[in-house]
Amino acid sequence: MTWTWLIGAVLFLILAPIAGGLIAGIDRKITARMQGRVGPPLLQPFYDVGKLFEKERAVVTTAQNFYVLAYLIFIAVSGALFFAGGDLLLVIFAFTLAHVFLVLGAYAVHSPYSHIGAERELIQLMAYEPMIILAAVGLYMVTNSFYVADIAVTTVPAILYLPGVFLGFATILTIKLRKSPFDISTSHHAHQEIVKGITTEFSGSTLAQVEIAHWYENVFLLGFIFLFFAWNPVIGIIAVVVTYLAEIFVDNVTARVRWQAALKSGWLAAVLGIANLAILSYMMLGGV
Amino acid sequence: MSTMAFLKRSPWILHYDASSCNGCDIEVLACLTPLYDVERFGIINTGNPKHADILMITGGINEQNREVVRNIYEQMPEPKVVVAIGVCAASGGIFRECYNIVGGVDKVIPVDVYVPGCAARPEMIIDGVVKALAILEERREKMTGAAQTKESARQAAGEST
Amino acid sequence: MQTLLFLILFPILVACLLLFVKRTALRYAVVALSALAIGGASIYLLIRYAFEGAVYFAAPSEAVGLAMVAIEMGLALFIIYMGAKFRNYLAIVLAVIQAALVVYLETTFSGNLHAVNNLFIDQFSIIMALIIGLIGSLIAVYAVRYMETYHHHHPEVRDRQRMFFFVIFAFLAAMFGLVFSNNLMWLFFFWEVTTISSFLLIGYSETEEATRNAFRALVMNLLGGVAFVVALVFLAATETTSGGVDLARVLASGETAVVLIPAVLIGFAGITKAALMPFSSWLLGAMVAPTPVSALLHSSTMVKAGVYILVRFSPVFAGTFAGFSVGLVGAVTFVVASAIAISQSDAKSVLAYSTIANLGLIAACAGVGTYMLVWAAILLIIFHAVAKALLFLGTGAIEHRTGSRNIEDMEGLIVRMPRMAVMMFIGIAGMFLAPFGMLISKWAAIEAFVQVPFGLVFIAILAYGSAVTVFFWAKWMGKLVAVTRNRERVEKGFFEEPWAPLYIITGLVIAAVALFPVISSALIEPYVLGIYGATARLGEANVAIMLLMMALLLILPVSFLLFKRTARHLPAYMGGRTATPDLHFAGSLGLTREAQTRNYYLNEYFGEAKLFRPGAAVCIVLILASWILAGVAL
Repeated sequence: MTWTWLIGAVLFLILAPIAGGLIAGIDRKITARMQGRVGPPLLQPFYDVGKLFEKERAVVTTAQNFYVLAYLIFIAVSGALFFAGGDLLLVIFAFTLAHVFLVLGAYAVHSPYSHIGAERELIQLMAYEPMIILAAVGLYMVTNSFYVADIAVTTVPAILYLPGVFLGFATILTIKLRKSPFDISTSHHAHQEIVKGITTEFSGSTLAQVEIAHWYENVFLLGFIFLFFAWNPVIGIIAVVVTYLAEIFVDNVTARVRWQAALKSGWLAAVLGIANLAILSYMMLGGV
Repeated sequence: MSTMAFLKRSPWILHYDASSCNGCDIEVLACLTPLYDVERFGIINTGNPKHADILMITGGINEQNREVVRNIYEQMPEPKVVVAIGVCAASGGIFRECYNIVGGVDKVIPVDVYVPGCAARPEMIIDGVVKALAILEERREKMTGAAQTKESARQAAGEST
Repeated sequence: MQTLLFLILFPILVACLLLFVKRTALRYAVVALSALAIGGASIYLLIRYAFEGAVYFAAPSEAVGLAMVAIEMGLALFIIYMGAKFRNYLAIVLAVIQAALVVYLETTFSGNLHAVNNLFIDQFSIIMALIIGLIGSLIAVYAVRYMETYHHHHPEVRDRQRMFFFVIFAFLAAMFGLVFSNNLMWLFFFWEVTTISSFLLIGYSETEEATRNAFRALVMNLLGGVAFVVALVFLAATETTSGGVDLARVLASGETAVVLIPAVLIGFAGITKAALMPFSSWLLGAMVAPTPVSALLHSSTMVKAGVYILVRFSPVFAGTFAGFSVGLVGAVTFVVASAIAISQSDAKSVLAYSTIANLGLIAACAGVGTYMLVWAAILLIIFHAVAKALLFLGTGAIEHRTGSRNIEDMEGLIVRMPRMAVMMFIGIAGMFLAPFGMLISKWAAIEAFVQVPFGLVFIAILAYGSAVTVFFWAKWMGKLVAVTRNRERVEKGFFEEPWAPLYIITGLVIAAVALFPVISSALIEPYVLGIYGATARLGEANVAIMLLMMALLLILPVSFLLFKRTARHLPAYMGGRTATPDLHFAGSLGLTREAQTRNYYLNEYFGEAKLFRPGAAVCIVLILASWILAGVAL
């Protein structure tokens, strides 16, 4: 019995919030620079979350704490599962479960702005789900395994076989990172036409938990990008950095779209993924 | 207990235009621009009372919005401070004699910092926020202190029974 | 064999007894006791035969066979009579064709119509028997009180409860017969009984709409019935190579090309019965029936008979283009029905579309028919049956209590009927969330389709289908959990007994998840192994993770104790307007207005009118393709 998987999970649970917070800090710094500003300190996200824990406990309904806690826990569990080398599909489904909890929390408070945020979050979920499943399937087709542990040590340059899948994944990554133009359910920046959408009614430590969950999730997503380049860790890390920078750039140069466009983009990205996989399976059939 | 005091490093702002002529509003927004860039201090304009620590009000209170101001103030979780921006927010300014104007913000909710000016300059606004941070920090200490006394009182009561 | 015969004959006995019971209390006693007996017998069946593999029983043949033909003719006459009465000539034509074919079959091929063993039982039959015996009989128990209240609410409907319960139990008997028959002639007989039973139940209220929908169900199922008889004629004619009407011999026959044609025809019968597109409209129309009927049709009987036969024949379908085509019918049905479910606000309608979608998924697995997919299909059947039964019964209870089955009106159910809301929550979670059942199967299906040539088509469909599934279930869940203030709690006063079936089925949903590794290793894997010589299973680590997630879900509600009750309660943000807790606020001109929240239905994209016809057209083409491909293969 090998316990290496446990190390991955524990490291993720401990380090991901730190890494996620730092990434968020870098993100804000770079964003500020792109806008010709100095920007907040690097550790600003940690100050923010620390501050939220200092605030008074105020709720609209006690149940919201439950759903948000469940959201945080399941995000952490599924991310841990990913870094433990678990089954990619199970990881994806566990993430869906976590997000459904967040959506339920927004429904539970029974507030107009939260409600619209929750509906839009569900539309986002519907928009990215096909592509993320196809990404897992694509990695399987290249590496013959759904297990992250196997995919991560593959010697096959997956990206060369899956350029379309990668592009599709990068598109829905914008949704998952809550970045413009797809930040329709809630956003990082300033005002939004639906106040703060899904998080409108969360305050204090509840909001802090949403933020920490988001950090966990971002680290997981970057891990997912890495899998496409896993055959060469150096290139992998560079690719992750470049992809994230590209996301920040897109965030800064685009305006928020309507949900229709978000849904269509997500589903078209999946079509791109399918086309890629179709060609790939044709090639594999021909090769055999 | 907690002496980390993150609060003053991360003051989130809710800006409400009570019945400003937009002069002060422009100046508030100017604070966000690259020239002043208040995000350097972790200041974010949230637009949501449930997330905000500082309520910034421009303009005097009128009959229509006194309930609104009270409502958003009540929706903000403790600790919180109120900053009145500009002379209208302080006293009603040149509009104070208008039939619809109630007066300054302090007619409706307690105000902690008054930033004078017509319109208030961005430097003044930032200075006002910094002043507000000290008050905010004081409140937080009082709040955690109160919670601690409550807790220890409860423990003492628990031990005695 | 006694247990098998008991399960088939005892419900008939009860059915006849119920014809003479008029008082509700007495009926309740009879139904509850016989439910206990039937449930007990099916569990006994599990204990007795679970580890024995397939066991065959000769069972009397001649006399029974004759009696069945006689009853079939009687049923045909009944259909002709009803058809004439309500001027539905299509039903008459189909009934006549079917009867004529049966007579032709009996006279021309009488020598070839013998199976060595008429009855049999294997793990798959045990699973089906458990579903019918436990869930079916629980629904029957629930139905007694429900029907009492139903007639209270609908004084205009003629009280025909004796007939109603007669049919319900006859239905259960037929279902047991169907899953135990090895003789395809017998299977066909029970098949026809389920068709007639559903016809009678759907038309129960005797309104014009009910009658119309009942006939629609009848016509569509008769169409399948005709295909079934044609398959029987074909099998009888090719008895030496195909194995005749002996199911075991047919499945074991190596002559795939010969067996494929009857398999596709019987598969077509399965498609009609399982309400796949383009035949979905009968199941949607069946909603006019009292809710227990819907629960019965959707969870444990009728549609499950359709997928049962498809899964039975999947070894024949496996690896053939015809089977692939049948699978595609299922897959297209899955994605289209799921998408349409988004646009529905009537709870029963959402449930109906979701049933159609899931049956489509099962058919997709059965049509492609590799061992992993059969494993997934059987798992789907189990989980769908328990969760769907719970949801239908729950919807019925809510409708009786609140007077509406619109999902929008279920807003704040957690406040008004907390226990009911939790049960509905579990039921819905069972339909689409990890680690609950349906998701395990979907997951297994994706992993299985990857390994099939051209499986990518299915994966693409599955990816989109599961995305829309999340949307329509989650928004329903959201309505249930919204904590609406100032709403009266109306749970109490609801009649007491129906809670018992609901509690038991809720327990079954959770038990199915907790025990699914056991169910899989004790029943499904041996069955799949017996047929394919290989079997699928989830990795132990994954099972452990699923169970861990389940445990987390069960523990998490404890966290409610952690949250400080002292937390300050704030009203919802209404753009700064002062609002009452139930979202009334002072609007302009001094008027009090109410803010309401409504779900998205995205009609423009997912409307019934927009999607149904194209979906049905694609499915018709695919069904025809499956016939042509089977013909070409011959």
